[in-house]
Amino acid sequence: MSVESLFPRLEALLHKVQKPIQYVGGELNSTVKDWDETTVRWALMYPDAYEVGLPNQGVQILYEILNELPETLAERTYSVWPDLEALMRSEGVPQFTVDAHRPVRAFDVFGLSFSTELGYTNMLTALDLAGIPLEAADRGDDDPIVLAGGHAAFNPEPVADFLDAAVLGDGEQIAIAITEVIREWKAEGSPGGRDELLMRLAESGGVYVPKFYDVDYHADGRIQRVAPNRSGVPWRVHKHTVMDLDEWPYPKKPLVPLAETVHERFSVEIFRGCTRGCRFCQAGMITRPVRERSITTIGDMVEAGVKASGFNEVGLLSLSSADHSEIGEVAKGLADRYEGTSTSLSLPSTRVDAFNIDLANEFSRNGRRSGLTFAPEGGSERMRKVINKMVTEEDLIRTVTTAYTQGWRQVKLYFMCGLPTEEDADVLGIADLAKKVIKAGREATGSRDVRCTVSIGGFVPKPHTPFQWAGQADHETVDRRLRALKDALRNDKQYGRAIGLRYHDGKPSIVEGLLSRGDRRVGKVIRAVWEGGGRFDGWSEHFSYQRWMDGAAEAGIDVDWYTTREREENEVLPWDHLDAGLDREWLWQDWQDAVNDVEVEDCRWTPCYDCGVCPTMGTEIQIGPTGKKLLPLTVV
Amino acid sequence: MQRLSVRYAKRGRLRFTSHRDISRAVERAVRRADVPVAFSAGFSPHPKISYVGAVAPTGVASEAEYLEISVTRICDPDLLRAALDTSLPPGLDVLAVIEAGAGSLADQLECSAWELRLPGADLALARAAVERFGATERIEVERLTKKGLRRFDTREAVLSLEVFEGTEATAGQASSQPCVILRMVVRHATPAVRPDDVLTGLRLVADFAPPVPPEVTRLAQGPLDVRTGEPADPFDLDRDITRGGEAEPVGRHVGGDI
Repeated sequence: MSVESLFPRLEALLHKVQKPIQYVGGELNSTVKDWDETTVRWALMYPDAYEVGLPNQGVQILYEILNELPETLAERTYSVWPDLEALMRSEGVPQFTVDAHRPVRAFDVFGLSFSTELGYTNMLTALDLAGIPLEAADRGDDDPIVLAGGHAAFNPEPVADFLDAAVLGDGEQIAIAITEVIREWKAEGSPGGRDELLMRLAESGGVYVPKFYDVDYHADGRIQRVAPNRSGVPWRVHKHTVMDLDEWPYPKKPLVPLAETVHERFSVEIFRGCTRGCRFCQAGMITRPVRERSITTIGDMVEAGVKASGFNEVGLLSLSSADHSEIGEVAKGLADRYEGTSTSLSLPSTRVDAFNIDLANEFSRNGRRSGLTFAPEGGSERMRKVINKMVTEEDLIRTVTTAYTQGWRQVKLYFMCGLPTEEDADVLGIADLAKKVIKAGREATGSRDVRCTVSIGGFVPKPHTPFQWAGQADHETVDRRLRALKDALRNDKQYGRAIGLRYHDGKPSIVEGLLSRGDRRVGKVIRAVWEGGGRFDGWSEHFSYQRWMDGAAEAGIDVDWYTTREREENEVLPWDHLDAGLDREWLWQDWQDAVNDVEVEDCRWTPCYDCGVCPTMGTEIQIGPTGKKLLPLTVV
Repeated sequence: MQRLSVRYAKRGRLRFTSHRDISRAVERAVRRADVPVAFSAGFSPHPKISYVGAVAPTGVASEAEYLEISVTRICDPDLLRAALDTSLPPGLDVLAVIEAGAGSLADQLECSAWELRLPGADLALARAAVERFGATERIEVERLTKKGLRRFDTREAVLSLEVFEGTEATAGQASSQPCVILRMVVRHATPAVRPDDVLTGLRLVADFAPPVPPEVTRLAQGPLDVRTGEPADPFDLDRDITRGGEAEPVGRHVGGDI
């Protein structure tokens, strides 16, 4: 059965909406396949606006890999803005893909990538517009399998009612495996309908199907246990880890949008995973171990990607790019290759040491010197020990001073507020640090033309981290500390004007905290908020704290219990049956170490400290050096 | 340094591109096609590509948009046309490239011919409205421009306005339905009189309003040919010069009335 393009009906609405180009597709390197010549069809969604969703690496990688498979088709869909949503509702136009404008409900799988929990309400909008029942229990054989991935899927419990399935970890191989299961099941004539397909996926051990698990609660509200409710379903579902990134050099042909997006560059992941051990960082915990892409593959991907896209900026991505074992050679090799061209290179710099400045100098050879970013994260020495961010005040001041003397005029310092054990003095320490940085910078350069911007994010305790047991700071405390910090900087006659401060109020972090560590009961809040008009919660102009509090009250959910309450060691956490490979006892010990200011080294350079990931997952650290160099590109 | 004039079209769903979208797409296409584009000097060099005339608004298709590009090596215009066309997404199509002459292309873009397809509109009403429009001397309309709400005359710049009957056969619709086609030649002015301003004028003078948004296409732009009342090909002049022909003087036409 073929499906018709919705474009003629959509087209009539596009005159009336903002930035219509985001809905028409036709991006360079996008793929449109014949519907009838494929058997397994994926609709991939990044549940945010096109301008944010299009550059997403995860979606681009899966889109390309799935479309490379025979008989398989993948198209993309993004959240529509409220202006188009209203028109689609009044004209009866369902959620569509941008590639061939096919209705999302016609696909076999509706896969959503959640980088953040704040996309949950957008998922409900998309499901509703698609004509797919919001709750998995209400779906029938004509509805797609609604599948979640991405970092937030490591605790999908708050959206368990809306999902048919979730996968943890790297998506490349599991997406192919799921495609295979669906193909076989369809080839057999779809025996047993939707339930059998979900059962086949669950039995594989690599796909979590929430409805095959029952959650029991204690009288006080804590979880008693989470257990499979039918035989054949594994007790725990494990994350996926792609080994040997050189075997998976995606994206090969990056999507080049016509509309303006948040990242206008070709990004290459230079490694996955991070073992720096920053205790607040969920990404660093759930993506272990470190797997590097080799210098030669990086060089090949950059060359091919720039050629295929026409982008004039290349970003070298990872959780801590300066940590690549051959980053110096990569930087020099790429800077040599592109010297004198209009291609510029960028590296998200977060490490605080002089080496990082050498890299930045290398990368700015071919472009402008905009600014350098360092992330000490904690304002005091003690705070940095708690979060295991091993940077001393001397390190930071020396590094930033070096940057200033080498001609960088603007430095950005990234911190967090609301960290476990944090006191007012720790946050005020940020002001002291910033002033010392400016003071040292002025002395070293003999100029008053040095600036720094202090940027502050609210800390949210995340599942699968040592801080998963921590009580989150309430928003009043966070706001009070931020106000004190602001005053301390503003009232400083000597340095205040050289220091910029950027921060947000603490309320959104509480909602993020509720969604991050919530259990299945939180789903009612999400639904109530969505029904009350909640959309685009990651956008401050659309986010409403009151709407979330109203939704929680309506659902009978105590937000404090989920956020500011500290958990005991033996409490069953909503995600305990989902395995990121981290040993629970190690996590607890790391939490105790945090409270006692005990630091942990990086296992790439010191002996294994038994976090548990490698033996559980059958993986190992993959790092260089390879000793290879990047040769100059041959001139045609 | 060589300067090339490019005529391109925006068609189909890519008519929803804005000027900024097109300019990003062209810059990337130039890079993919390895065009030796010249860069401006300074702290933040940018490629020397300039858009000539007022670009067709977002949502409006065009068969005649113009840009000029400066290159550091002599390029064959035909090869450049093919390379650029391949590197742009389908729907942004490069139609012609010539070596730019001494004169200013911008000065030659005196007027545009537009076609407006109005599916479901009433032909008789459209005819009556156009007649009233022609018989009126001055029709003031308001439009929100970058400089705020502007009030201007939409009548004088309209050199011709005609009504035709056509059929609307868009993809996805099995049967074609009758459709009114307006064809007009409008002189470029400040503020620009756009096809939708003319539609507003038709509504003001005769209460004529199409039931759905019109599909608008710029068919041509160029110097006004007084014999035909249509825009001539602005590349003709430079082509004549390259061929050693004698160029007619441009920019001194006096437009006729309807």
